[in-house]
Amino acid sequence: MTMPWKLICKKEDLVEGAGVAAIVNGEQVAIFYVPESDNQVFAIGNWDPVGKANVLSRGLVAHLQEQWVVASPLYKQHFVLASGQCLEEDISVPHWLAKLEGGEVFIAVN
Amino acid sequence: MTSTVSFLTTKPHLIVIGNGMVGHHFVEQMIAQGGHEEFNITVFGEEPYLAYDRVHLSEYFTGKGAADLAMTDGSLYNEHGVRYFTNSLVTEIDRAAKQLLLQNGDSLSYEKLVLATGSYPFVPPIPGHNRENTFVYRTLDDLDAIRACAKQVTRGTVVGGGLLGLEAANALKNLGLETSVVEFAPRLMPVQLDEKGGSVLKEMIEGLDVKVYTDTATKEIVDGESAFHRMNFADGSHLETDLILFSAGIRPQDALAHQSGLTVGERGGICVNNHCQTSDEDIYAIGECALWNNRIFGLVAPGYAMAKSAAGHLLAHLLGNAGVTFTGADMSTKLKLLGCDVGSVGDAHAQSQGCKVFVYQDEISQSYRKMVVSEDGKKLLGAVLVGDNSYYDTLLQYYLNAIDLPEQAQALILPAMGDAPVGLGVDALPATASICSCHNVSKQDISDAVCSGALSVGDVKGVTKAATGCGGCAALLKKVVDNELLALGVEVSTDICEHFAYTRQDLYNLVKIGEIKTFNELLKTHGKGHGCEICKPAVGSILASVWNDYVLKKEHISLQDTNDRFLANMQKDGTYSIVPRIPGGEITPDRLIVLGEVAKEYSLYTKITGGQRIDLFGATLPQLPEIWEKLIAAGFETGQAYGKSLRTVKSCVGSTWCRYGVNDSMKMAIDLENRYKGLRSPHKIKFAVSGCTRECAEAQSKDIGVIATEGGWNLYVCGNGGMKPRHGDLFAKDLDDETLVKYIDRVLMFYTKTADRLQRTSVWMDGLEGGLDYLKDVVIHDKLGLCGELEARMQHVVDTFQCEWKTTLEDPEALKTFRQFVNYEGSDNNVVFVEERDQMRPATELEKQQLIAKVG
Repeated sequence: MTMPWKLICKKEDLVEGAGVAAIVNGEQVAIFYVPESDNQVFAIGNWDPVGKANVLSRGLVAHLQEQWVVASPLYKQHFVLASGQCLEEDISVPHWLAKLEGGEVFIAVN
Repeated sequence: MTSTVSFLTTKPHLIVIGNGMVGHHFVEQMIAQGGHEEFNITVFGEEPYLAYDRVHLSEYFTGKGAADLAMTDGSLYNEHGVRYFTNSLVTEIDRAAKQLLLQNGDSLSYEKLVLATGSYPFVPPIPGHNRENTFVYRTLDDLDAIRACAKQVTRGTVVGGGLLGLEAANALKNLGLETSVVEFAPRLMPVQLDEKGGSVLKEMIEGLDVKVYTDTATKEIVDGESAFHRMNFADGSHLETDLILFSAGIRPQDALAHQSGLTVGERGGICVNNHCQTSDEDIYAIGECALWNNRIFGLVAPGYAMAKSAAGHLLAHLLGNAGVTFTGADMSTKLKLLGCDVGSVGDAHAQSQGCKVFVYQDEISQSYRKMVVSEDGKKLLGAVLVGDNSYYDTLLQYYLNAIDLPEQAQALILPAMGDAPVGLGVDALPATASICSCHNVSKQDISDAVCSGALSVGDVKGVTKAATGCGGCAALLKKVVDNELLALGVEVSTDICEHFAYTRQDLYNLVKIGEIKTFNELLKTHGKGHGCEICKPAVGSILASVWNDYVLKKEHISLQDTNDRFLANMQKDGTYSIVPRIPGGEITPDRLIVLGEVAKEYSLYTKITGGQRIDLFGATLPQLPEIWEKLIAAGFETGQAYGKSLRTVKSCVGSTWCRYGVNDSMKMAIDLENRYKGLRSPHKIKFAVSGCTRECAEAQSKDIGVIATEGGWNLYVCGNGGMKPRHGDLFAKDLDDETLVKYIDRVLMFYTKTADRLQRTSVWMDGLEGGLDYLKDVVIHDKLGLCGELEARMQHVVDTFQCEWKTTLEDPEALKTFRQFVNYEGSDNNVVFVEERDQMRPATELEKQQLIAKVG
């Protein structure tokens, strides 16, 4: 089975160690480029369900408890980049598989 | 009006005679318990000054002024309707008529009277004792006279080798005199030390070039040959000296008690009961003039305890109980005399029935320690320490709380060998353990304070007053606070986060010494893992403080919190506010118009900030560079409102316009703002400059406050507004422009170098052991030899300043990150504004739903 990979942007559009925002099928997605991680790129929803604003792409990337996370710039909750799970509260944001291939960034959409 | 007056006069009149530390503490206690509403309180002090800190009197010779030592500037009294008179000697009490007679002939009636007349120095009646150039050591006036004399002469001698005598000897030495000490008893500090302890102390003091004569009686003082005086000793020898200081003990000042027929002790002192009442139940006596159980207490802590019990008894009807009684006090002391540690706990002379003694002596490093224990070896009864007071706190706690000694009790005074634990964990202290004896704060009080939200030593100090008296318990207090925090599950590890097992200060030093220029390099050499939102911005700020690089350089960009990354302040809806720098709040009409035009063009909500700047709200990410392009073209610079850095220097117009201004505060404010605008610091920093003491710029509520005086500038440090407002402390007076800037350079760099992450200057200073005095030592007296480096570092920051927005606009790579979306040119449809009072503001959730419904 082939994944429905969708081209989002070029690698140069990403910021090393941080996030950018993209629109995918009308939805805001935060894409993080973490060169030290196995995965290199991650995609989660840009909407912060606590702060109620589209800001997660502008949070600080951190490595906590063996996981890559982003700290919301509003109230500092951590969301796991690979799963969208919030570490502090029982909430999560959507997440997508993402890959970096040939200098281009793809995420898997249904 | 009439009713107020008659109401006032119906309150009974309480008069306090004496305004020393204890008299002042009594007034404080009364006010704290509402006593000023029960009584008309009047205070008489014989000295020209209101109460000052006599415990630290010697610091008058090492840079402190009368104002620094003052316990109050009178405002506490004024605010609570307490009348006070300095320079006022009460000469007579007429107990039958309940009246006082003053030296100036006035008389005054009282209902209740408190005698806090203190003590006077005992001058042995040696022939010649009242010659010229002989002094006592008790008041600020005494010290002025000693200083004036010391300027003319070379040799000084203290008669008396007790606690105060050695303190005085230190003062003479600091005044540059060849100093000797003459003690009648066979050893120094005969009250506190045993023979061996005294002789070790003598050796140590002689090692500091102070001549010590023990077991020496002075027969007479006559004209000298090589000096002003010659002291002839009973053994036929003599000593030539220019200045003689008598410090041979104190005597209770009980003259009024004698005059009015109150019961006094055989050897002086006004007899009091457990409420500190004298033989006349309307007259109380507290402090060094009072004799309780045939004892005089010559320390400040027991005096405070007496003040408390007298105040409690006077207000018993208010409080519903008779308050605490005074039932004696612990006379244990520790101090540093001429740089030598001396400590004495409880029964130092081993006079208790059947007691046993452990002694440790080290003649090489010069230290001596003795423990006196009960016959069964279970309890500590007393101790003597000379040379190293680090054992004191533990011993004192064993003694005060009658804690069972451990099996190998002698370990308590043995030097630490290997990593064997020494000392008593604070865990072992009972809740009743007294931590701060000056303010009578128990371990329980501290634990209560921590539980109710005081989560740092600074906070606990503020709530309980612990460690704000003599400060001797500061180290112990920190241990107790840390322990309480631990018990509450609050992490007290000083590690900045899981990635670096270092404090911010450690990291600062590692960066500087290792010449580390990037986060990854620091992580690789000194950390582990990949970093987080704690260490990344902290290291980003340190790198900026030390190297002053552009914060959006590629290798730094991922370290920045969103505000620093986009050089603006994120608001709740994800838009940003923009604050251009307006140094000192001075702005030309043309620039003001530019701000207005930009705000209008982008529909920005516009507000004047508390720091005399203009904040433009509601800019989206892609608008930020566009707006800044216009602002920079008009000559604006970034205001760095997003950074942990200098925010504003608030100012009044000063002498250029104001008819009261005594100096050009406007120019100083602009110069200071331009000098420090680039500095990245552990937390935000605010300044203010006022042109006169009317203080319109509110400088005393700022990290750095400058107030113009007739003689230059007064510098205040470490104040803040915000959640826990704190007035700045007066740091130095009447400075010229150059010295002012030099001191500010040093204070700010020392703060930047040593503070913890997100620690405001006030908390930082409270956390320095020695607080304000220590900071003065470092900055004014260059105690650490750091000042040159601090100034050079600051100059580097000043010289390499760049406007981050200007640099950003010139960098296409950096500009790229301001796109709203990497693959779409539209805007965030969740950002919705509504209009209120003719400006835009973010829509509430409810408003958004309604708007969407309407559109739908």
